[in-house]
Amino acid sequence: MNAILSLSELAPEVSTGRLHIDRVSIELGSGADRFTALDDVSVNIAPGEFVCLLGPSGCGKSTLLGALAGHLTPSRGQLRLDGAPIGGPDPQRGLVFQHHTLFPWLSVRDNVAYGLRMRGVGRAERHAQAMTWLKEVGLEGFEHHYPGALSGGMQQRVEIARVLINQPRVLLMDEPFGALDALTRLKMQELLLALWTKRRMTVVFVTHDIDEALFMADRILVMSARPGRVIEEIVVPAGRPRSAEWLTGTSFIEHKRHCLALLRDPGVTVPLARLSPIPPAGDDQDATSCSD
Amino acid sequence: MTAPGQQSVARRALPLLSLIVCVLLWHVASSRHLHLGLVTFQNVPQPLEVVHAAWDLFQSPKLQNHLGASLGRVASGFLVAAALGVGLGLAIGRFRWVRETLMPPLEVARPIPAVAWIPLSILMFPSSEGSMIFITFVGALFPILLNTIHGVHGVDPRLIASARSLGTRRWAIFARVILPAAAPSVLTGLSIGMGTCWFCLVTAEMISGQYGIGYYTWESYTVQNYANIIVGMLLIGLLGMGSSALLHRAGQALMPWYRPGGRP
Ligand SMILES: Nc1ncnc2c1ncn2[C@@H]1O[C@H](COP(=O)(O)OP(=O)(O)O)[C@@H](O)[C@H]1O
Ligand SMILES: [Mg+2]
Repeated sequence: MNAILSLSELAPEVSTGRLHIDRVSIELGSGADRFTALDDVSVNIAPGEFVCLLGPSGCGKSTLLGALAGHLTPSRGQLRLDGAPIGGPDPQRGLVFQHHTLFPWLSVRDNVAYGLRMRGVGRAERHAQAMTWLKEVGLEGFEHHYPGALSGGMQQRVEIARVLINQPRVLLMDEPFGALDALTRLKMQELLLALWTKRRMTVVFVTHDIDEALFMADRILVMSARPGRVIEEIVVPAGRPRSAEWLTGTSFIEHKRHCLALLRDPGVTVPLARLSPIPPAGDDQDATSCSD
Repeated sequence: MTAPGQQSVARRALPLLSLIVCVLLWHVASSRHLHLGLVTFQNVPQPLEVVHAAWDLFQSPKLQNHLGASLGRVASGFLVAAALGVGLGLAIGRFRWVRETLMPPLEVARPIPAVAWIPLSILMFPSSEGSMIFITFVGALFPILLNTIHGVHGVDPRLIASARSLGTRRWAIFARVILPAAAPSVLTGLSIGMGTCWFCLVTAEMISGQYGIGYYTWESYTVQNYANIIVGMLLIGLLGMGSSALLHRAGQALMPWYRPGGRP
């Protein structure tokens, strides 16, 4: 835990954003296809901590994140944020997907201001705050563009601004940089760490990239597939800001080798991952025959 | 090796050229009384006769009444169909129980052609105006309804999840996410529906006693005034084309982010 201790000296103290994941199991699918996607997972996450969920695809990372966001209900166990049970989606728990979910019909500025609008904040105030956030993520001058006109990296910047404008206690990110090229990904990682250092919130960051986890996290939770379980916790023994020394040092290599061995476990089969465990639009899941 | 300017002039002239060729072919076929076995042009009026008939109609004070009556019926039928089709489509697309309750009767009603509705609509609506509006409404309803349902099913569930996480309440999701996300599909439904509205106009105005472009067309048929039939047909075609273009413009103005065929 020395990483967290050393950080709290640099960054503002936070007291909110404590997550309790208490013996949570989640079953997905229906009928004969029903299976346990997440099996008896227990984790506590401290306020302001940066936690990475690392695991092969299909091990239930998105499922756990979807439950923390309030879009999936655990079959057993309980999820709590600062003591209160998680009962549904809430701007307190911001969610970012791998591919942006910006509204194509709103300008970049209106996308960022969306959460404020839902809270009834006046137009002038909304726009001012949105502009501040756009500046923060390096997108000044793009406020009147539509999301479709931006590159993938820029879209994720807007997405992050849109979530952070709500000042969430917890930021939930599902492989947010997984679709970006290497250089853009590095820039986005640095941007996220800078934002996190400044505004300290709890981050739960899903990735299957070991380097990314070791670069970003205070603590890594390594997961295994079918059923999804947390098989190991790794506290990353590096200070902040993370230096090139850490990234090229022997300790980093050792940790990487260790993670690789965990992920390579031959007992783990990797099924085809679906896009998202969150159920499709509407309250039904079957394909319909009424449109032609 | 043509300059870009010349190219665009040629491209703009092409639709006009195609229309001129169509009229020329028609002229040749009808003036020579062409007989092609399966098709014969022996009794088809010539373009010039049609122009004369059109001229007579445009001189006549009745034209305004014909146009006004038809536009009013199409507009009323279309607006009711649009409101009901989009509203029902959103509910059917989103809620399973609504779909299971409403789809069976709608599926039965869908294949019934507009003509078959005439007797029943006369029985059901005390005014003939009501029955005519009802028939144009029936024509427009299904394309609008089905395209709206299709659009709702196509909404990315992650978009809804994100909106919920950003603080959108359950019912606000319809206005904030589902309707705008389904809008391109809804617009397709509306323009097809606009087309079928005009398509059903002659059928609807078979009931009419006096006015309407469809009535004019049908009436010319019963008195065997063939040139007038073609004038009526062309008028319906032009009005249908015009209203579709209007819808297209409105769609572009309302959805500046949406470029069909391009990036979404
Ligand atoms: N909507 C769903 N219905 C049924 N099974 C699903 C659904 N979504 C995902 N799965 C399955 O659940 C398991 C866990 O999925 P997920 O949490 O998305 O994994 P990860 O994010 O770690 O790749 C996978 O085996 C996946 O195929
Ligand atoms: Mg996933």
